[in-house]
Amino acid sequence: MNTASATALTPAPPAAQYRLAGDLAIWIFILAELLAFGVFFAAYAFTRANHVELFDAEQRALHRDVGALNTALLLTASYFVVRAVQAAERFAARASSHWLLGAMVCGAGFIVLKLFEYGAAFDQGVSLSSSPFHMFYLSLTFFHFMHVILGMVILAALWFGARAGRYQPGDMNGMETGAAYWHMVDLVWLILFPLVYVIH
Amino acid sequence: MHGSAARATLLWLVLVAATLLTWAVGERGSAGPHVAALLAVVSCVKGGMVILDFMVLRHAPPMWRALTLGWLVLTWALIGLAYWNGMPT
Repeated sequence: MNTASATALTPAPPAAQYRLAGDLAIWIFILAELLAFGVFFAAYAFTRANHVELFDAEQRALHRDVGALNTALLLTASYFVVRAVQAAERFAARASSHWLLGAMVCGAGFIVLKLFEYGAAFDQGVSLSSSPFHMFYLSLTFFHFMHVILGMVILAALWFGARAGRYQPGDMNGMETGAAYWHMVDLVWLILFPLVYVIH
Repeated sequence: MHGSAARATLLWLVLVAATLLTWAVGERGSAGPHVAALLAVVSCVKGGMVILDFMVLRHAPPMWRALTLGWLVLTWALIGLAYWNGMPT
């Protein structure tokens, strides 16, 4: 057997067709968080089933416009994070850092609007003990809010890294890890908003 | 692996449009199981886009894609079950 046909008979190792974007650890963390939020959402839904009229009535008093705007802000921040990762992948470190800055501005917008929303709610007498709906509204959105804060810290860390040229092809793991966490924060809100603010 | 800027931009526009739709349904005050189902489907489509393309799970090992998409669908299924339980008999 000559060498040519021997190599032709030996199959090439398969190219890596699948890849998880980001550290395995963050993905385990993400799934754990999604599970926690999922249980929380189910608890809201089943509690509502026992207080339908109360939940529907009090939902009407929520600032739905602010909620919708916040959804758009989180989606836009996620979009900017994707653009940042794409920029780093083509060695455009400066552009990458700018996109990340844009994402942080959107995140900051979310935080400001959320604080305004809470202020208005507290003025109206909403508290953890004023009704089961209010209890869920406050605790669900606050639990999510804390994740937005952590997400902002992560984005800031990515921004520093991007500015330092730390992320480039072959070295994207850190950036993809942080990005995955941010997208999770966005994903959770994509359920929270229609569930708590709209569906009745 | 992370796709093109054009694709990401298109996805973002669709996501924002879907948000507008959800908001508009809220503004109309539309209620009932069909509306709830529509909003659940919209949320699943939005979540699916974030999961598959923003989180790039489209190119991940199938198990991760299944777990994350499965979470999205299972959560809404539970919410739907609870909603149905709360409907007047």
